[in-house]
Amino acid sequence: MKKLINHVDTVLAESLDGFAAAHADIVTLGPARQFVRRRTLKPGKVALISGGGSGHEPLHAGFVGHGMLDAACPGQIFTSPTPDQMLAAAESVDTGAGILFIVKNYSGDMMNFQMAAEMLDKENATVVINDDVAVENSTYTTGRRGVAGTLLVERIVGSAAEQGQGLAELKAVGDAVNRCTASMGVALSSCTVPAAGQPTFQIAADEMEMGVGIHGEPGRRRVKMTSAQDIAAEMINNVLKDLSLKRGQEVILLVNGFGGTPLMELYVMVNAARLHLDGAGIKVARHLTGSYVTSLEMAGCSITVCAVDAPMLSLWDAPLHTPALRWGM
Amino acid sequence: MTHTDLIRAATQTLVDHADELTQLDRAIGDGDHGLNMRRGALAIQARLGELDGMSLNDALKAMGVTCMGSIGGSSGPVFGTFLVTLGKELPTGPASADLARAMDVGIKALTRLGKAEVGQKTLLDVLDPVRRVLEAGGTDLVARVRECALASATATAQIEATRGRASFLGERALGHVDPGSRSMALIIGAICDTL
Repeated sequence: MKKLINHVDTVLAESLDGFAAAHADIVTLGPARQFVRRRTLKPGKVALISGGGSGHEPLHAGFVGHGMLDAACPGQIFTSPTPDQMLAAAESVDTGAGILFIVKNYSGDMMNFQMAAEMLDKENATVVINDDVAVENSTYTTGRRGVAGTLLVERIVGSAAEQGQGLAELKAVGDAVNRCTASMGVALSSCTVPAAGQPTFQIAADEMEMGVGIHGEPGRRRVKMTSAQDIAAEMINNVLKDLSLKRGQEVILLVNGFGGTPLMELYVMVNAARLHLDGAGIKVARHLTGSYVTSLEMAGCSITVCAVDAPMLSLWDAPLHTPALRWGM
Repeated sequence: MTHTDLIRAATQTLVDHADELTQLDRAIGDGDHGLNMRRGALAIQARLGELDGMSLNDALKAMGVTCMGSIGGSSGPVFGTFLVTLGKELPTGPASADLARAMDVGIKALTRLGKAEVGQKTLLDVLDPVRRVLEAGGTDLVARVRECALASATATAQIEATRGRASFLGERALGHVDPGSRSMALIIGAICDTL
């Protein structure tokens, strides 16, 4: 294992300290590093709290700030945070308008956030994100994972919260964005959890994992490596099939790197994706390209399509100022 | 033998087998189960002196809360809730039938929490067979509980996962032992070896 670390046990703490120092104008780190929160709260605004395992940076702490989250609870690498973290964050950022939890659909995250929600004596609601179309949904299974679509939900709900919408409205906005958002990922390599010291899975030089999640876990199936164009086509086809969009529909297109893929290749994927969407009569109204929901140093990317209407687009475009995303202010 | 001896053995086996558990998790999960269980086990060992002075019930509850606050993931709430439930349900000086009854309540609590049932490649596939052995009672109980726990964990390899992160793999999870089940079997095995 070759990593820029001091010790496997201190990676998270040192990374959080560095993050808080680098973005001290926007965020502060809570006691015992239980959460990252906005430096300045907006009284009367519903507080948005997310969190999850670390190793997906900049998700979630990088999205704390004006127009997105109020607090993020970082768990150990790829391990959900514990309920005491969510309770401490809620205590710290609550301004009396209620708490909205934004949770990715994994068993661990769901259980820990649910325990926190039950223990919290403040009005609260939870939006669950499950945008990954690679996992088949069934009432008998854990269901679809939450992956890069999380960014879109956190942004659009965050924007609506900034405009003063109430808890019930925000919960509805979040559920609506989740419903019209779909993602699929592909990995070209695995990643190494520092404390494990070796890659989570082995993959041959000419193979890729199609339908991969964001934890270096194996995907739905292993296939031979092919061209960016073919990979993008398969991902877009699955995403469009899931969303069943009509020709002329406007979308936000997020091409997201997993941490080990150069931006140059991501733009090759953007180009392939937009041409394919164009062929299907889908109009890309906004682009976001970069490594935002990562899996340590995994190579590969995900493609997320979010069907939008004019009000959602205006929420997307509103001023935003976080460590990882900034526009309009 | 005190309950502290049992706690020491049960946590030490997780520390000793951390690599094996992580290896299992790399196959069908995200490769950190052993690390998380080790963190929880060490957090409990750090409180051994304190746990020694408590009743068994209070020690079980305290260990559960420690799991919830230190392990994270799904293992934190699952192991934590199970221990807290045992702590609440066991009478003082429990017999094997009491343990079976408390485990039954614990299994139901986990079913509610994780929305999982027996037969879905989770640690319930170890807990439930062990509970049935305890309920039936009889001779050589400790040896049979130990055997049942270890064999049940091994048998999870033949189950397709429908809950937890392994469920994202579909049939690809077949042939691999469920890491949570293996952890539970190790804990039960270590307790049996110490009794």
